[in-house]
Amino acid sequence: MKFSVDRDVLAEAVAWAARTLPQRPPVPVLAGLLVAATPEGLQLSAFDYEVSARIEVAAEVAEPGSALVSGRLLAEICRALPARPVEMSSSDAKVLLSCGSTRFTLLTLPIEEYPALPDMPAVAGTVPGDLFAHAVGQVSVAAGRDDTLPVLTGIRVEIDGERVVLAATDRYRLAVREIDWVPERGGISTVALVPARSLADTARSLSTAATVSVSLAGQSSGDGLVGFEGNGRRTTQRLLDGEFPKFRSLLPSESSSVAVVETSAFVEAVKRVALVAERNTPVRLSFTDGMLTLEAGSGEEAQASEALEAVLTGDEITIAFNPAYLLDGLAALDGSHTRIAFTAASKPAVLSGTSGPDAPVDDSYRYLLMPVRVAG
Amino acid sequence: MSRSQLRRGSSPPPGAGDDTGCTVLHVDMDAFFASVELRSRPQLRGQPVIVGASGGRGVVLSATYEARRLGVHSAMPMSRARRLAPQAVIIPPSHRRYAEVSEGVMEIFRSITPLVEPLSLDEAFLDVSGALRRLGTPAQIGAMIRDRVVDEQGITCSVGVATTKFVAKLATTQAKPDGLLVVPANAVIEFLHPLPVGALWGVGERTEQVLTRLGLRTVGDLADTPLSTLQRALGPAVGAQLHALAWGRDDRRVVVEEPDRSVGAEHTFDRDVDDPLVVRRELLRLAERVGERMRRAGLQGRTVSIKVRFADFTTITRARTLPGHTDVGNEIYAAARALYDALGLDRARLRLVGVRVEQLVPVGSAPRQLALGERERGWREAERAADRAAARFGSGVVRPASLVPDPDAARADGARVDAARAGGARAGGVRADGVRASGRGEPSAPTRRG
Repeated sequence: MKFSVDRDVLAEAVAWAARTLPQRPPVPVLAGLLVAATPEGLQLSAFDYEVSARIEVAAEVAEPGSALVSGRLLAEICRALPARPVEMSSSDAKVLLSCGSTRFTLLTLPIEEYPALPDMPAVAGTVPGDLFAHAVGQVSVAAGRDDTLPVLTGIRVEIDGERVVLAATDRYRLAVREIDWVPERGGISTVALVPARSLADTARSLSTAATVSVSLAGQSSGDGLVGFEGNGRRTTQRLLDGEFPKFRSLLPSESSSVAVVETSAFVEAVKRVALVAERNTPVRLSFTDGMLTLEAGSGEEAQASEALEAVLTGDEITIAFNPAYLLDGLAALDGSHTRIAFTAASKPAVLSGTSGPDAPVDDSYRYLLMPVRVAG
Repeated sequence: MSRSQLRRGSSPPPGAGDDTGCTVLHVDMDAFFASVELRSRPQLRGQPVIVGASGGRGVVLSATYEARRLGVHSAMPMSRARRLAPQAVIIPPSHRRYAEVSEGVMEIFRSITPLVEPLSLDEAFLDVSGALRRLGTPAQIGAMIRDRVVDEQGITCSVGVATTKFVAKLATTQAKPDGLLVVPANAVIEFLHPLPVGALWGVGERTEQVLTRLGLRTVGDLADTPLSTLQRALGPAVGAQLHALAWGRDDRRVVVEEPDRSVGAEHTFDRDVDDPLVVRRELLRLAERVGERMRRAGLQGRTVSIKVRFADFTTITRARTLPGHTDVGNEIYAAARALYDALGLDRARLRLVGVRVEQLVPVGSAPRQLALGERERGWREAERAADRAAARFGSGVVRPASLVPDPDAARADGARVDAARAGGARAGGVRADGVRASGRGEPSAPTRRG
């Protein structure tokens, strides 16, 4: 194996592939990054049995071949290299890397023990990279992080023809996003549960791709796999098993009042007032005609309050939320204004984005937030 | 049962010794569990009687003075107690009854003064300074307490009367059994100094060794040692504290029950256990008990911890903090089980497991993050209903199906071999359809509430 490659191209590719390296490899070879030079260019792969990543970049290949080297070390080296073309070659059990006047000799891992990466399943459809990354980011904030409830650490992906619905919940909030995509064939209808953390990572890393193609396989049989490809990068990840909660029934069908608040002012106010909210204590929101009052803290501790302009339609309401959950939702909304619909102080509120009090509501993203019941 | 049946020791007549200013009373039941058992078994009076679990590796929980004379004492392994007192009658404990008697005794105390500091089920400090005008001198009050405990609960107790807590407690020790001792304010030094150093509050085995090495055997020796010497040997805090105690100085006040900092329960297995199912079932039982106690005390907690002691006595604890406060046994179990499963013990042999809930707050004072789709009435209400059933029909009438005792084993009481065989063969079947309480077989955490 022998090739030369642009330093920045290599560094970016190695950094991207190295994200998939397992923190604690179950077998030593999985700590390796597979470097393969083909007549078409350079290919880097990493795999941790759950997620696989492969990236192809342009390189001048003098001699095709492949080698398995420590991924973490290669990533650190590439980050530190001077801005000169990089040359890599393998000989015996070593890989030589030279860049300018710098030389590295890396030991190789036994390539014959490295597992084959899963094949990319059949393509189901395509979606623009930036839209995909944005939508996944909006939904993943609501995903659970508690591994004792694995189902809730996933994002539910429902594909129905040209519509894709993404949903995640940690029992306290629910985020639902609908996007349009281009299905590979008409009449497609399927669901999958994808681990939220790795999906968010993947989507972010594919955000610059003009289109991301999504592949799905065997989602009903328990060894389901989902694949994403764009910009010469492809990843696969295993699907989660289990029954995702029936989230549609959680979305309230009606509301008793609706408030519209300018989002950036709302975010700033929540952040300020929440400074006095002890861990696990809520921020209280009181919506009256024309005004939103935020309060936090109790009589025995520090207190804070702030008033904001708000347009209220319907009944006045006082409701309390975990400030972190509220901020997660506000940060995920599109548009300059936040629309909050309520039914009661003990029932979930629905946040959605809009561009002003009289503007139409953008219902493609909804963030459902369960309130905190205040003591007493 | 009449009072004459109960052995009354010679107590000094009330008022003997000058009890002026001796407003601290320490009251301790005599051989508490054993005395309670003897109420219903008067034929055993005068015999060595031991309360403790007869099987496996229990310890002596209580012993009558007849048994103590044979060398048996509390916390001694049962096997050893049986060797020392082969003729002793062994009675398995009935904690429910002890709790009832204890409640009655504490009620007597509280009718005398609100300043009652219970130390355990059978022991408390009382500050009677506010009751003197109403009820008489401290010694008279002490005598009255002793009479009322005998009359109302049928057991005897001993009372120490002094100016400070630790002297009162030492006086009780000297008064036992069935006696009362006043240590007058001007006789404290005289009373203390002949005592061995080990009698002092805070002197354990280690400290005693250090003191013995310095040639200090009695409290008097300690009192006559310069403070600086003690502080060099024992550290500044302990040295100063022991020196003060040796001179009868103890400024701890009687405080009415400090709020609990945690609620926990633990269980030592009869034999080391390596079966995860058995461990989980025990965790469920302990979690249910902790939840029940928290609900009774009106507390909720946020941090659940488990304690695991291996066969070689190595002990580890693991804790996790929940998103919100809980007093629900089922939620405590879910956290405890997750902690246990995360240990990945791979059939290591366990001697003991424990479950504890910390960061307690009074119920209703903590804001609660509601969950989506949560039912108005969930596990908490189910468990509260079980509490009410237990209050009416006895504890354990409603419990998780996996904790319902094997009916075969229960019936074959006394035919242990048969019971074990039947239990082993039937355990799976019985528990699988044991739907008496919650309809759940294996202990398992619910994935969602409601």
